[in-house]
Amino acid sequence: MNSLTARLNIEFPNFQLQAALKIPDKGVTAVFGPSGSGKTTLLRCLAGLERSARGLIQFQNCCWQNEQQQTFIPAHQRSVGYVFQDSRLFPHLNVKSNLQYGLARTPPSQQYINWDQVIDILDLRPLLRRQTHRLSGGEKRRVAIGRAILANPRLLLMDEPLTGLDTPRKREISYLIQQLCDQLNIPVIYVTHDMNEILQFATTLVLMDRGKTVASGTVEEIFSRLDLDQYLDQDTIGAVIETKVETHEPEFGLTRIGFNGKHLLVPQQSLQIGQALRVHVLSRDVSIIVGPPPKHTSVLNTFHATIVEIGPMLPDRHSVDIKLDIGCPLLARITRKSMSLLNLTPGQHVFASIKSVALNHNSQEIL
Amino acid sequence: MPILDHDDLEALWLTLQLATVTVCVLLIVGTPLAWWLARTQSRLRTIIEAVVALPLVLPPTVLGFYLLIAMSPKGLIGASWLQFTDSTLSFSFTALVIASTLYSLPFVVQPLQGSFEAIGQVPMETASTLRASPLDAFLTVASPLALRGYITATILGFAHTLGEFGVVLMVGGSIPGKTKVLSISIYDHVETLEYAQAHLLSGGLLLFSFVTLLIVYTVNRRLPIRVL
Repeated sequence: MNSLTARLNIEFPNFQLQAALKIPDKGVTAVFGPSGSGKTTLLRCLAGLERSARGLIQFQNCCWQNEQQQTFIPAHQRSVGYVFQDSRLFPHLNVKSNLQYGLARTPPSQQYINWDQVIDILDLRPLLRRQTHRLSGGEKRRVAIGRAILANPRLLLMDEPLTGLDTPRKREISYLIQQLCDQLNIPVIYVTHDMNEILQFATTLVLMDRGKTVASGTVEEIFSRLDLDQYLDQDTIGAVIETKVETHEPEFGLTRIGFNGKHLLVPQQSLQIGQALRVHVLSRDVSIIVGPPPKHTSVLNTFHATIVEIGPMLPDRHSVDIKLDIGCPLLARITRKSMSLLNLTPGQHVFASIKSVALNHNSQEIL
Repeated sequence: MPILDHDDLEALWLTLQLATVTVCVLLIVGTPLAWWLARTQSRLRTIIEAVVALPLVLPPTVLGFYLLIAMSPKGLIGASWLQFTDSTLSFSFTALVIASTLYSLPFVVQPLQGSFEAIGQVPMETASTLRASPLDAFLTVASPLALRGYITATILGFAHTLGEFGVVLMVGGSIPGKTKVLSISIYDHVETLEYAQAHLLSGGLLLFSFVTLLIVYTVNRRLPIRVL
């Protein structure tokens, strides 16, 4: 079920946004695109900060904006939490008063957020009495996230909350965001231009380019399409597979994870059996074998595969992407030369071997 | 040692009353005006800004002259005032307040407008995403952030009203206890060669003005609030 449907159009002197958006009622929807593609403008329209936006926004059973009926619910009545890229804490209030600002304005009937829980997850207790200009960059982000959530929003908008932080801080805050998103029962729209953040948080993905929404769908769908690689980072082309931990093989330092009756062996994970694990298999780490099943190979993960689709062969590129079905979609990137030597065609049965997978999106593991 | 006589004390008291009332009126009128000037993209803005700044360059007697005409029982304002209140407006305390308000308008509106412009749109937007209505956001975010502007505006408006002469003389005359303010007292003392009293009042005003400006500059430098 969709909780938010929007069709928006806004014109600025040298930029135009034309967005169509549908997001589910739970989970994180990532909005991805290069800078200047209109991601922030889209968020601002949804929050009601752009009065000149035309179009329609329907959120759950409320109409926030309808051009035809001249409806425009102002920002403060939309119950939208907004984490700005630059924190935007109020300089005349200390941390505690900043955190209480939205909370104090929430009618008791709409309050569902537990103050202590948010303060503890974001580790804000030691900061409560501090003045905002005495906070570090990472602390400011944490307070800004806490302030937006404590306003008890029905929709949370986050605009690149990790941009500009150093790597350890990024890791720390992305972990906190993940924890909060898991516990919040509201839709979250998360703007980013970092693919790793998408793989870490998002269930749904909206791609933007030059002011337009070019594609949207679940992360697995988008990452298994061959026609979108121009909008994604070239280094991150490859299928995303949702798996569950099945068993551990401690004698080899491996963990077996399963999806659709198939298994993958990955380096041992400190996860419970049955726990969900999302893996990202880059297309360049998948090779295709034609002929009898390979008996002698050091690669552990080899699957029966059917060729579903062959991507466009461009004269200026030496490689081509191929979509395979191994019980779930899988992308393989091979050279045009191999392509012509193997003479691959859609429907053909082949074997796919996976050389490495990305787990936790911070490390590539060779298998 | 010269001492202030009854007339001088009356003038001092009247002047303080006038300055206080004028500043209150100015803050009430000046806040929305300054807010509008800081936000609007209307073409009227330039015209209104020029009108607000007029008292800075206009000879006070000119302003006083037009106000006198407007507030006379046959004038535009004076006639309707007579109709509603059954009393004449010219040469009354109310006339002084109206005149002072116009005369000191730029001293209040300009610092406020400057502060509001420095704050910008961002804090108001942020507050609106935290459920604050525009008025709520103005009172709880924009106003505290504009505190420096308010302090400057209050002090400058007050001090400037204390020192006015031409406008007050034109619209108020010099009725002791009613419209005779401090600066007119000084003029009268000098006219009648009572230099000692003139010295005392002038010295007092000089000292007050200096201390006032000193406070304005100190406050502006020391106030801990930093706009984003």
